Amino acid sequence: MIVTLEVNGEPCAAEVAGFESLLWVLRERLGLTGAKDACLQGECGSCSVLLDGEVVCACLVLAADAEGARVTTVEGLAGGSEGELHLVQQAFVDAGAVQCGFCTPGLIVAAAHLLETRPGAGDAEVREALSGNLCRCTGYGAILRAVARAQSQATQGGAP
Amino acid sequence: MSEVLVQRPTVRGGVGESVPRPDAVPKVTGRFDFLGDLHAEGMVWGATRRAWLPRARLVRVDVTPALTMRGVHAALTQDDVPGHRYQGQKVTDQPVLAEGEVRTWGEPVAVVAADDPETARRAADAIIVELDELEPLTDLDEALARGSVFRHVRVRRGDPDARGEVVVEDTYTTATQDPAALGTEAGLAVPDGLGGLDLWGPTQWTHVDRTQLAACLGLSPEQVRVQPCRLGGAFGSREDLSLQTHLGMLALRLGRPVKMVYDRTESFVGHVKRHGARMRYRHEADRAGRLVRVEAQLLLDGGPYELTSSAVVANSSYFALGPYRCQRVEVDGYALRTNNPPSGAMRGFGANQPCFAAEAQMDRLAEALGLDPLELRLRNAIGPGDHLATTGQLIEHPLPTAEVIRSVAAIPLPDALAPADDDPRRLPGGTGLTTPRDRVVRGVGYAVGLKNLQFSEGFDDYAEARVELTAEGARVHTAAIEVGQGMVTIIAQVVRSTLGVSQVEVAFDHTGRIGSAGSTSASRQTQMAGNAALEAATVVRTQALERLGGDHLDDAGVWRGEQLLAPLAELVADGPIEHHVRYRHRPTQQPDADGQGALHVDFCVAAHRAVVDVDPDLGLVRVVEIAIAQDVGRALNPQQLHGQIEGGIAQGMGHAIMEEVVLDAGVIRNASFTDYLLPTCLDAPEVEAVLVEQPSPWGPFGAKGMAELPTMSATPAVVAAVRAATGRALTRAPVRPEDVVGDLR
Repeated sequence: MIVTLEVNGEPCAAEVAGFESLLWVLRERLGLTGAKDACLQGECGSCSVLLDGEVVCACLVLAADAEGARVTTVEGLAGGSEGELHLVQQAFVDAGAVQCGFCTPGLIVAAAHLLETRPGAGDAEVREALSGNLCRCTGYGAILRAVARAQSQATQGGAP
Repeated sequence: MSEVLVQRPTVRGGVGESVPRPDAVPKVTGRFDFLGDLHAEGMVWGATRRAWLPRARLVRVDVTPALTMRGVHAALTQDDVPGHRYQGQKVTDQPVLAEGEVRTWGEPVAVVAADDPETARRAADAIIVELDELEPLTDLDEALARGSVFRHVRVRRGDPDARGEVVVEDTYTTATQDPAALGTEAGLAVPDGLGGLDLWGPTQWTHVDRTQLAACLGLSPEQVRVQPCRLGGAFGSREDLSLQTHLGMLALRLGRPVKMVYDRTESFVGHVKRHGARMRYRHEADRAGRLVRVEAQLLLDGGPYELTSSAVVANSSYFALGPYRCQRVEVDGYALRTNNPPSGAMRGFGANQPCFAAEAQMDRLAEALGLDPLELRLRNAIGPGDHLATTGQLIEHPLPTAEVIRSVAAIPLPDALAPADDDPRRLPGGTGLTTPRDRVVRGVGYAVGLKNLQFSEGFDDYAEARVELTAEGARVHTAAIEVGQGMVTIIAQVVRSTLGVSQVEVAFDHTGRIGSAGSTSASRQTQMAGNAALEAATVVRTQALERLGGDHLDDAGVWRGEQLLAPLAELVADGPIEHHVRYRHRPTQQPDADGQGALHVDFCVAAHRAVVDVDPDLGLVRVVEIAIAQDVGRALNPQQLHGQIEGGIAQGMGHAIMEEVVLDAGVIRNASFTDYLLPTCLDAPEVEAVLVEQPSPWGPFGAKGMAELPTMSATPAVVAAVRAATGRALTRAPVRPEDVVGDLR
C-alpha cells in the first residue's frame, strides 16, 4: 500500500508492506536513519520520534497507521539548515552528554518534547520523562545536566 | 634534537580542557552513520539460522527449502566456508557455523542472503535442521571435576606456613552480565571485484579481525580491508567476531554487497558476556588487622569456546585480593568450558568478579576484628615500593590506593531521606507506589578496586599512528577504534598540545592503510594510541622547526621568538611533514609456574562508596548516591573523565541489583530489554567523583587509562551498602529481591 505522511515538514509517500513499522519506513524507505533500532520492542526509546506532536517509539507504530500523520525526527528538529542545532542538541554537545551516540537521537527528541510541553520540570520529573530512553554509556548524569542547561537557556528566552 | 618539547598553554583544545567530541554534532543531529545505517548499491540482506538447544549432535542441515524461495540468493553452511573453518582470537576453536555438534544455545548453523530482511528471516527459518539433543554441561564445579578447563592459573607466593588468627571464608557468586551495548551487531561486506572485500563490522581491533577473516575466507590479509566502524557501544563485546565471517562468505559467494543487522534477542546470543563466576575465599588476618593469608578458588564460566577466557582468568587470578599486601597467597583460577553462552571481555576483564568477593571478605574481616572497614583497607593498602601480593611484581609507578580510600571517605554523605519525602520516584518501589516512606532503611558500603592497564603476560603490545602536518593543520592517522569512550577527542588534544597547532583531525584508517593500534580495551588507548600520536607529533614538530630554524609552532606558522618565519602553507609547500610511529610500552614478563613475575606494565585504583535505600519488605533497592575517588594519572579532559566514571558506575550498580543473564540449563531466559533490566534515568544514582591526580611517568602528559575501574568496585560497594541496610550476607550479585526478603541463611 502507499502511505502518505508529512516528515520534517515535507510531504512524503512510501510503498509499505502491512507488517512494516514507521521506523522501518523512515530508515529504509525515506533514508532517515537518525531514529535507531536498539530493541524493536518499545523498551529503549532509541527510535523516538514525534507523531502529531507526541513522543512515540517508531518501532511500535505500524507504518499504515501513520497515514496522514505529521512526523518529526531528530533530523528535522532544528528546523533550519543543516548546521543549525536545536537548543537541546547544543546542550547535549556542550554538556558532554554524547558518548557512543546510539541513544542520542531518541533522547534528543524526548528531551525536546519535554522542554516544550513541561519547561519547568524538576529533576524527578525529568528523570521520569526520560526513563523510557536507555543509555548504556553515560550513566545519565551528563544527559540530565544537558537537559537542565537547555531548560535554563529556554527560560532565559535565548537561543543557544 | 636538543629542542625540548615546549607546551604552548595558548593552544586551543589542548590537554586539560573539556573539549567537546568532534563527532558530537553529527551524533545529535542523527547524521552519524552507525554500522546499521550503512548502505551499498545493490546490497542484499543476510540472516542467520540458529540452534535452539544448548548442546546437540547436528544430524542434518538442508538449505534447499530456503534456496527455492523467491528473493533468496544464497544459503550457506559450514561446508561452504572457503578457508579455515574455525575462528578465534587466541585459539581457533569456534566453528564459523556449527559442525558436528551444537555447543551453545543460539549457535549459528547456516546463513542466508535475500532481497530484504523479512525474506531472509523466513528463508533462514525454512532451512531444515535436525538436532539430536545431548546433555549440556552448565555447572562450574562439574566442569572442573570433568577437567573441562581452558586455562588454570596457579598463583603461589610467600611463606606457605603463614597463618592468621582471624579467619573468614565463604563462597561468592556473580551472575553472567550482558554488555548490552545499545547498538546491536550490524555490518556490511562489499566485494572489491578482485577477489577481496571491504568489511564494516562491530570490532574493537580491526587487525585481529583481519587475521581471522582472511584465514576463514581463504584470502590474504591484504585482500581483506577491515574498515573502521562506527559503533553503538562496545564494553568488550566487540572483541570477538560475531557476524563478520558470515557476511564475508555471503558477499564473496554472491559477488555483491551483503548487510546484516541482529535484533536484540539475536544480539544476546551474538556477542560475548561477562563471565559468571563461583568463588571460594578464605582470608586470614592477624589481630592488628594485617592480611596474613588469602586462599581463593575462582571458577569462571567461559562457555564453549576459548575466545579471551584464558586472559580473563589471568586477570581474575592476579587481582584476586585487591590492592592489599598479604604474606601468603594461594589462588587457583579456572576458565571453564561449558555449554552456557560464550563469555569474553567486558569492562574490567575478569577483575570485577574477584573484586566483588574479596571486598566482601574485607568487610567480614573488619567486622570480625572490630575494625572500621576503611581502616582495615588502609592498613593493608599497597603503593609504590610494595609488591603485588599475587605476582610479586614491584609497584614502580604511582598507585594512590590509600589516597583514593581517604578521598572517597572525605566526600560528604548525602542528606538523609527527608521524613516528609514521599515522592515515589525517590523511594525504592518507585512509581509502582509500593514502598511506604517509613519502611525505608538506608545503608552505606565501600569497595576498592585494582586493575592492570594495557596487555600483560609478555604480549607484544603496540600501537601505530602517523601524524601529518599540512597547510590546514595536523591529521592523525590511526586504526584504533573509537567506541564512544572519547579517544578521538583525547588524541587530538594530545597532538594539539604537542604541536602547538589547534586544527587537528583524527582520521580512522582501514587495515590496509596503517598497522595495528591494538585493541580498544584494557584501558589502553589513551596511553597507547595517545603515546603513538604524541611521539609522531613530537618528531613532526622538531622537523618543522628545524626546516626554518624556528623555536615554536602555532596555527599561524613557525616562529623564532616574536618573528613569524613562515605560515604553515609555506612551511609545507613541498608536501606535508609526516612521521609514523609504532609505540610499545615496556615489555612485560610471562608468569612462572607459580604465577610470579613482572606481568603487567602498570596499574590503576579506585574506591567507591555507595549509599542505598532499601525496602526490606519487598527487597527493592534504590541506589541514592555513589561517590568515587579515581586514580587518573592526569586529567586530560575532565568532562570526558566524569562521563566515563558515571557510565562505568551505572554498569557496575546495574550488576549489583538488576543485571543478570538468567540461565536455565544453558538457555537464556531473558534475551530482551523487556526482561534483561538495564538502569534507567530513574535508577541512576547521583555521582560524586574526585579525580586523584598523580601523573603517570609514561602516559601522555601524565595520563592513565582508567575507564574500567568505575565499573569494577561499584558492584561490591552497592552490595555492601545493601548488607549494611539489611544485615544479610548477600554473597551473590546481582542481589535479587528474594535475597533480601527470604529466610536468613
